[in-house]
Amino acid sequence: MSTSVEAVRDAPAKPAATRQPLSDRAKAERRLGFWLAGPAFIIMLAVTAYPILLALWESLFKYRLTAPADREFVGLGNYATILSDGLFWRDLGVTVLITIITVVIELILGFALALVMNSALKAVRGWLRTAILVPYGIITVVSAFAWFYAFDINSGYINSWFAWVPGIDSDLNWFADTWTALSVIMASEIWKTTPFISLLLLAGLAQVPGELTEAAEVDGATWWQRMSKVIIPNMKAAIMVAVLFRALDAFRIFDNVYIMTNGAYGTEVLSLLAYRTSITRLEIGMGSAVSVLLFICVIIICFIAIKLFKVDLSGARGGK
Amino acid sequence: MKSSPAKRRTIWTIISIVVVLYALFPVASILATSFKLPSDLTSGTFLPTNWSWSNYEQILVGDAQGLFLSSLRNSIGICLIATFIAVVLATLCAYAIARLDFPGKKLVLTTALGVSIFPVISIVTPLFNLWRNIGLYDTWPGLIIPYLSLTLPISIWTLAAFFRQIPWELEQAAQVDGATTWQAFRKAIVPLAAPGVFTTAIIAFFIAWNDFVYGISLTSTEAARPVPAALAFFTGASQFEEPTGAISAAAIIVTIPVVVLVLAFQRQIVSGLTQGAVKG
Repeated sequence: MSTSVEAVRDAPAKPAATRQPLSDRAKAERRLGFWLAGPAFIIMLAVTAYPILLALWESLFKYRLTAPADREFVGLGNYATILSDGLFWRDLGVTVLITIITVVIELILGFALALVMNSALKAVRGWLRTAILVPYGIITVVSAFAWFYAFDINSGYINSWFAWVPGIDSDLNWFADTWTALSVIMASEIWKTTPFISLLLLAGLAQVPGELTEAAEVDGATWWQRMSKVIIPNMKAAIMVAVLFRALDAFRIFDNVYIMTNGAYGTEVLSLLAYRTSITRLEIGMGSAVSVLLFICVIIICFIAIKLFKVDLSGARGGK
Repeated sequence: MKSSPAKRRTIWTIISIVVVLYALFPVASILATSFKLPSDLTSGTFLPTNWSWSNYEQILVGDAQGLFLSSLRNSIGICLIATFIAVVLATLCAYAIARLDFPGKKLVLTTALGVSIFPVISIVTPLFNLWRNIGLYDTWPGLIIPYLSLTLPISIWTLAAFFRQIPWELEQAAQVDGATTWQAFRKAIVPLAAPGVFTTAIIAFFIAWNDFVYGISLTSTEAARPVPAALAFFTGASQFEEPTGAISAAAIIVTIPVVVLVLAFQRQIVSGLTQGAVKG
């Protein structure tokens, strides 16, 4: 097999390797490696690569489940329809807006939480960590309902609590206006996922060498200087990973929006558009095209992150 | 400019209370709602004026019982099976990555990363059509298979990070001391690997338990609809009544076991989440 040929070619380049290349033992090890890792690899491809290829294919057809006989090949026609529709661009704008605002707030809040946990007294540290894991453990749908009922004009108590704030009175219907509805949606998203970001940042903080901070303190650096010159630069990798993963997550936002407004009053996001097109309206061809466009957006975000911020994902996420 | 210990303690107490309030408030909010009578729902207060178990009765023994209990059964069954399959496959895979020398290790990890950033909704559309054609729509396997796209990648990453930290030399040491290969593996490695596998199982289960998109898209009846989807499609005792109380009660019932799990295994969960993501 070609793999063993490669092993022979590679062998002289690696004088440090003590194991004999191409020995029966090495071959057996490779075989075992393929057998053990193979099933997981194949299943991952089967559950994602296969469906997305299927979506690519189906997106080229005009195909409604309600009229299967009318199925016809339209090439990139579905894409042209979507990209020339203002609705798509508005939904994209809402999605990007939600992504940017939530990630920025979560980063600030998560960093503050991480600092608190990092410097808290031993006695409370465990309690704090336990408490902030609660939002992580809660189903997004449940959190969406909790926020929805709190703000809802019928069952909510927020209006009566904050009646003293200008602009809030008992008649304020949070979910009947784009901006107030988006605010509640984003607040619930931020509540739910800030703990995850703060745990990542806490792990990053733990990796900042203590001697560096101490040295800076001895040299008379202020808290702010220590933060911006020593601590943050040293945990850049953790910050970048946290930002990228949260951004990708926020871009796929669905549950909160579905529960709170179902996309009404200009709060529709891309995931919801895809869902509505294919599952509700049964337009498989058009829905597939939206799904593919969403997938392309995610790839673009990754690409920008890797190029712009030079995030080495494999390094940061534990790859060799 | 060091403050006194007493002052320090006060400041930290206040900060801790703020953080705990932040984390628990929405839970307390839905808990309070779950005890409200329908007549009390519009009172605009946080706490119910009359505490009542009627919402719990409605979903556990009353008319919403069928809907709620069947979705609970579906969620538990589907998530356990999806977690079990993912953890078994990921354990084999992560063992190979940490322990064996074979080409393609990096490819497996990169694929796992790629799968974990995949937008779920992009897979749902083609699966919806495919499942309807081959009869998997609205069945348990019809959800278990797509759930693997959620549980498998994170399991591989977390376990690979755990397994890299195991001192594999122990195995050889045990062999030198006269143990057979299998004995050495079982006595020296399995006890070290077990906590990582367990933690991974909990994290994978959470992720499956949290799914909503697959749940509402690939099911249509009580045959396979999981809890989060069932909550979204809940209707009240009567056509004209908002099911707010019943949904809140159901939400509390599905939240409590998860929160108990989190509290019981917080140390392991934190290390599992952050090792897989940051350190490696």
